[in-house]
Amino acid sequence: MDNTQSITRHTNKRFVKLKQSLSDFFLTLYRINQFIIRFFKEAFVPPFELKEVIRQCYEVGVRSFTLISVTGFIVGVIFTKQSRPSLSQFGAESWLPSLVSIAIMRALAPLVTALIASGKVGSSIGAELGSMRVTEQIDAMEVSGTKPFKYLVCTRVLATTLTIPILSTYTGFVALFGGYLNVTMNEGTTWTTFIQEVFEPLTFTDFVASLIKSIVFGFTIGIVGCYQGYNSNKGTEGVGKAANGAVITAMFLVFIEEVIIVQITGWFR
Amino acid sequence: MKKAAVHTDHNNPVISIRGLKKAFQDYAVLRGIDLDLYQGENLVVLGRSGTGKSVLIKIISGLLKPDEGMVKVFGQDIAHITEDDLQKLRIRIGFSFQNSALYDSMTVRKNLEFPLVRNKRNLTRGEINTAVETVLDAVGLSQTINQMPSELSGGQRKRIGIARTLILNPEVMLYDEPTAGLDPITCIEINDLINEVQQRYNTSSIIITHDLTCAKQTGDRIAMLLDGQFQRTGTFDEVFNTTDSRVKPFYDYNFIE
Repeated sequence: MDNTQSITRHTNKRFVKLKQSLSDFFLTLYRINQFIIRFFKEAFVPPFELKEVIRQCYEVGVRSFTLISVTGFIVGVIFTKQSRPSLSQFGAESWLPSLVSIAIMRALAPLVTALIASGKVGSSIGAELGSMRVTEQIDAMEVSGTKPFKYLVCTRVLATTLTIPILSTYTGFVALFGGYLNVTMNEGTTWTTFIQEVFEPLTFTDFVASLIKSIVFGFTIGIVGCYQGYNSNKGTEGVGKAANGAVITAMFLVFIEEVIIVQITGWFR
Repeated sequence: MKKAAVHTDHNNPVISIRGLKKAFQDYAVLRGIDLDLYQGENLVVLGRSGTGKSVLIKIISGLLKPDEGMVKVFGQDIAHITEDDLQKLRIRIGFSFQNSALYDSMTVRKNLEFPLVRNKRNLTRGEINTAVETVLDAVGLSQTINQMPSELSGGQRKRIGIARTLILNPEVMLYDEPTAGLDPITCIEINDLINEVQQRYNTSSIIITHDLTCAKQTGDRIAMLLDGQFQRTGTFDEVFNTTDSRVKPFYDYNFIE
């Protein structure tokens, strides 16, 4: 009897915990949704914080530039190097530039850029806004009749949405350059031939899809970083959690969005 | 410096609070507060840590919503006004934070300009500069104009925090623990500044503190917050001339004559 009661109690406890987790999850989804709606309500209504948007664009670009350059180059070299043996089995090394360009332009460049930006930019936004929340700087803006959401959130989200596509395009070209160096060292292909073969298989849809993907990734990184920081709990622990949460959530969402966008663009090919 | 006599208009409350209640989870912090702040007076709210003093001024400034009760600021119930009206109301209220809350990525100049340029968008560069220099002069820190907040001392940060609120010419000042964490001499300087602001800018103020020296130097009226309600209000002597076991220790342990 006692054993049965204990099992029932244990099951009830787990059920209550599960119910609470589910409720928290949906509450968070609702809050994020409200946060996104607020962004669209405030971002495109004057007065605009244009100077701050430009400053944030510069920050996002500068923060990630070195890492993106190095990573993009290495991705290009490694991908080309790893793909060669498979193609050479069929005597198809000449397809290497086309393969590299499709992989880089369609998937790798936006994805690698988004993942790096999630780490570098997302965490930085989360920590910065989290620290401003903890030290009551956001409250100070609020009580002085200014609009902290517009100044802090809208500017950062616009900056990531505008800058990540530019960085992604840059990553693509750096990666292609890495691929070219590897190809030219092994096959002796000239720059002109390489470029011709790179652009031959790419269509307008590829560029548009890649651009849309980068815009969605940029928006996600910005909104997640801002949401985590803006709503961080009080205390230094809250700042750490905001930074960490910004990175993990943004990366997770980037992968999900990647799958969804690939599926949708597949229908247009 | 001895506090100058001020004229307070007792028929004209700028802030009027009735039956204010606020709880966090199961803990009721404010349990039915009634309070009036009259035009031109400095009202000190005294109480131990965790009694809801800061919660009270955060509700007045619209940072927190009350659970029950009415909070009228300049005749407007802050719980029931639109976001736009709240924004307009906030310009008339200055809030000095306990930790100053200076924007640490901006210089002192930018800190002061920030609320000004966003609330008065048609100002010329010359007018902005004049306003910044005037308030910096009022708090005696003109030389810090190009410094970053991290380069300032605790007392200087408090002063700049006050200057940032003064730049909008507020009619009401809310001070959250203005002397917390400062040495006794700087505390007296801050108390003098609070009195100077009252005289010069003709403000009505609520000063949240548990520092009895600050209360005695700055307060025209004291309200003692105990168990979520104001138990004693009056002048400093009226409040502490008591054998009430909840009030007496506060005086005995804190106040140095």
